[in-house]
Amino acid sequence: MAKRSSSEAVAWLLFSAGGVVSALLAPILLLLFGVIFPLGVLAPPEHAHMEAVLRHPLTQVVLLGLCVLSLLHWAHRFRYALHEGLQLKRLRAPINLLCYGGAIAGSLWAAVVVFG
Amino acid sequence: MPDTITLQVTRYRPDADGPPTLQEYVVPLREEWAVLDGLNYIKDQLDGTLSFRWSCRMGICGSCGMTVNGDPALTCGTFLTDYAPGPVRVEPLANFPVIRDLVVEIDDFMRKLPEVKPWLVREDGEALDDVEFLQTPAEMDEYKQYSMCINCMLCYAACPVYGLEPDFLGPAAIALAQRYNLDSRDQGAHQRLDVLATAEGIWACTYVGECTTACPKGVDPAGAIQRYKLTAATRTLRSFLMPWRAR
Amino acid sequence: MTANQADVRRYRPRTSVFWWVHRRSYLLFVLRELSCVFVAWFVVYLVLLVAAAHRGSDSYQQFLEWSSRPWMVVLNLVALAFVVLHAITWFTLAPKAMVVRLQGRPLPARMVAGGHFAAWAVASAVVAWIVLGGW
Repeated sequence: MAKRSSSEAVAWLLFSAGGVVSALLAPILLLLFGVIFPLGVLAPPEHAHMEAVLRHPLTQVVLLGLCVLSLLHWAHRFRYALHEGLQLKRLRAPINLLCYGGAIAGSLWAAVVVFG
Repeated sequence: MPDTITLQVTRYRPDADGPPTLQEYVVPLREEWAVLDGLNYIKDQLDGTLSFRWSCRMGICGSCGMTVNGDPALTCGTFLTDYAPGPVRVEPLANFPVIRDLVVEIDDFMRKLPEVKPWLVREDGEALDDVEFLQTPAEMDEYKQYSMCINCMLCYAACPVYGLEPDFLGPAAIALAQRYNLDSRDQGAHQRLDVLATAEGIWACTYVGECTTACPKGVDPAGAIQRYKLTAATRTLRSFLMPWRAR
Repeated sequence: MTANQADVRRYRPRTSVFWWVHRRSYLLFVLRELSCVFVAWFVVYLVLLVAAAHRGSDSYQQFLEWSSRPWMVVLNLVALAFVVLHAITWFTLAPKAMVVRLQGRPLPARMVAGGHFAAWAVASAVVAWIVLGGW
């Protein structure tokens, strides 16, 4: 019988937290910056306004939290998709490394950019 | 309404070579006939060599589960007229090894089920026979829907995770563990945690949700697993952060 | 188990790699799981936007031009569809994991899901208000 897995429990909690924040914030941000502004439906915000918002400490914390948790959300779901969807169970270790390594690298990049 | 319907039934002979094949039988189409009645007509009137399991004919014994037109179903509760004019494809339950025709091997489930201790566990030493345990209707409502499970294994046939990962504990076993975890008379929740909160237990589930759709008794195994994930995650985290309080 | 039984040949069906194309609910499940790829893309896009804004007005303008190329708009429309699918499925499933009690009685699942959808609407409105210059 397998042992109780605390790493899976932590991974699932982070996956869930990422699922909530990305579901709350990703659609509106993608809608604005990916569709509405590029298509010219509304004028994009001025650079000065963007900087004022992005330099606010609260925005920085929220953005970093959003990025880190969303990447951990991706890592969890993507590794399950590879394990099961593509039946790559034998490659478990490299897949986990790819997913969580990618999430950590992406989080560091986000931290450098957001606070840079 | 036509007065006959064609059943395409899986035939598999372990002693003959080759994979299962479909064989067609024409059976009477009657208002009150379920797929199981059609199979019994074949067995009694057309071809006595057909093998399948059945017992109660009233959705309680859980032994006549098969795949009807691609969906896992109890053949005693699935009516032929709903498939008229046919044909109706009757195959063995998916995700299980086939022994013969429509009979599958259920040993895997029978081995997994007792692992979750699906009975009242008491740790205070009170023998169940000696004491009366009182329970309010509200306390019973907490677990009642899970107690409707008849171990028919339709949820295992519907679950792609079980198909891909045969070690997965599976929907019914976890739902039945929750049935006792949520029972106010039970004290075995932390014993079950060691079996449930594993990579082959709840953490293997990716919430496809088909187990709940397939269940003929209105149990919601997908919901039970999802709810238990939150319980197990918070408990595991607590014993991780505060080991001195862990049991 | 007798030797005779052990010798009996079982037929073990194999699950094909494309098990999810034959059934609508399985397909929807796989699309839901694939939404995570677009959640990751959203993070990349967001960080690129922040990086461009931090580098100055010129590079912010360059980012806006880059983002309005047709293939970028198409990519972001697809990504938007997937993150909306993610949000809807996520909030619909939320009451399955959470049992919210009010005065000891569990709230109906619809109300828990409704609360999540309301939070989504509020969060979206706040973000739009901040971005569009209300702050």
